[in-house]
Amino acid sequence: MSTTTVAAPDTVTQGPEAAPLWRRLLSVSTLGPLAALVLASAFFAIRTDTFFTPGNFSLIIQQVMVVGTLAIGQTLIILTAGIDLSNGAIMAFGTIVMTKLAVGGSVPPALAILIGILVCAGFGLANGLLVTRISLPPFIVTLGMLNIAFALTHIYSNEQTVSNLPRLLTVLGETFTVGATDVTYGSIVTIALFLIFAYVLGQTGWGRHVYATGNNPEAARLTGIATKRVLLSVYTVAGVIYGIAGLLLVARTSVGDPQAGQTDNLDSITAVVLGGTSLFGGRGAVLGTLIGALIVGIFRNGLQLMGVASIYQTLITGILVILAVTVDKLSRRGNR
Amino acid sequence: MSSDIDPTAGPILTARGLVKRYGHVTALDGADFDLLPGEVLAVIGDNGAGKSTLIKILTGAEQPDAGQITLDGAPVRFRNPLDARRHGIETVYQDLAVAPALDIASNLFLGREVRRRGPLGTVLRMLDKPRMRTESARHMAELRIGLRSLTQPVENLSGGQRQGVAVARAAAWGNHVLVMDEPTAALGVKESGQVLDLIRRIRDRGLPVVLISHNMPHVFEIADRIHIQRLGRRVGVVKPGDYSMAEVVSVMTGAMTLDYGEAHQPLVVDQAAASAVGIGPRGEATAPGDEG
Repeated sequence: MSTTTVAAPDTVTQGPEAAPLWRRLLSVSTLGPLAALVLASAFFAIRTDTFFTPGNFSLIIQQVMVVGTLAIGQTLIILTAGIDLSNGAIMAFGTIVMTKLAVGGSVPPALAILIGILVCAGFGLANGLLVTRISLPPFIVTLGMLNIAFALTHIYSNEQTVSNLPRLLTVLGETFTVGATDVTYGSIVTIALFLIFAYVLGQTGWGRHVYATGNNPEAARLTGIATKRVLLSVYTVAGVIYGIAGLLLVARTSVGDPQAGQTDNLDSITAVVLGGTSLFGGRGAVLGTLIGALIVGIFRNGLQLMGVASIYQTLITGILVILAVTVDKLSRRGNR
Repeated sequence: MSSDIDPTAGPILTARGLVKRYGHVTALDGADFDLLPGEVLAVIGDNGAGKSTLIKILTGAEQPDAGQITLDGAPVRFRNPLDARRHGIETVYQDLAVAPALDIASNLFLGREVRRRGPLGTVLRMLDKPRMRTESARHMAELRIGLRSLTQPVENLSGGQRQGVAVARAAAWGNHVLVMDEPTAALGVKESGQVLDLIRRIRDRGLPVVLISHNMPHVFEIADRIHIQRLGRRVGVVKPGDYSMAEVVSVMTGAMTLDYGEAHQPLVVDQAAASAVGIGPRGEATAPGDEG
């Protein structure tokens, strides 16, 4: 059959091509969502006078700030082929812990914030331990944790809204001015978190291991990646992010509200899916999630400006989600 | 240590008297093993002969109940696959162990990512993607695995190319031994040929290869020596030129035993059993062929 002639490999020595810059910033999976974002913006810019203004964009970012931040944690978990139904409830418990401790007066506000975030991290860690040590499906673990966190929120708060918060808890809701536009500090925190996690997922070994663990856990394990440790770290980091989302929520609403965040779990999944991240794990990008969150925000905002009743906004969001998952599924079929 | 090939040097990897029991089942019953420098050693055996247990022990996935393993003449114990890998023993698993959504360079460096020098790497833990791409391109070129782009996801490749990526990864990191578990089982005829060529090139670069395969034509095409495993023991090691495929299969199934006293004169003890496993009267293998 074939003989073995060892060719001098000097024919292939021109350097390996790097992807063009735009491809490095935006993975393929985010191109579709980005196109949808641009189209939706163009549509509302034409149909309304007030949509395409800096002030309105600042408002949209404020509106998607909390769900967008939750969706960062959700993205990490979905990339590992998991799902988190408990993030809104964990965040709500975190806000009650922060606000009650801070208002009680015995705890300095900064420490109260820290404890609130650590409590959320603890919930994330508990999710991660159940998923990795007992190998329970993430769907069930986080469904249970959703109920636990929800109940604890109501027990601990006595169903009471916590108000009269120290300024440190609401400072992220304050604004500074760029040109003639008011921008909240919280918006900057959210954007910064997206950029940090875009870097971590795209440029570090840990990010690679998150993708590999979600894409082919057995292959990842055989190459020496401690996949259980990766999962545990993902759920814990997600918990920290939920705590930060809680602080943003408190800053935006100026109260600790036990009723908050009840649909945020599903809204965060919506943002992740609209952003082109696959529910099957291993594919997607966190900047896509930012785009997904903005798509939801722009539709709600634009339809509101057009005077469309809010129930139609929900209807359209539902249609968009199914469209996004269908596109994901069909594109994956093409690959196989 | 001199891992460079010297035909007169002792074996690279050996095992003596390996025993492994799973409850009442004895998978290995005093198995021996020898891998010589620069060879392709095929390991064959019927189902239950203990060849996969043998390979698992040699690659650290299982620990023997008794027996001794040496690497470069020194006794070693592998507590887990990572341990074996640190000793330069790389394994390519049957089920194409790659992450399909990641690109080729990421797969080659999976679990061994290279960080940038300086604070970018140490503080920000930033990956050195250009360097990983350059080294990946070099490995692929050395093994003459032709691919248009190293930035395409592995799932866009054909089965043979994917296997090429898995083999290139193992060859890039293995500096002692490359173990391949059924590398052609999932591939078509043409792609199998490409992988066999690749195995030859790896051997010619000096890395000895252990090949586990059910495919007798492939074994006879590529192997320098054939280790025949039966009932938990090594029943013989033969050179492909000295025995026919049918004779080797007969030894593997127990229809024939090797008589080392009369070299190259195998003794067929049970012709009926030989034909029962699909061997024609003149020693032509009829059953094992290429499955597309």
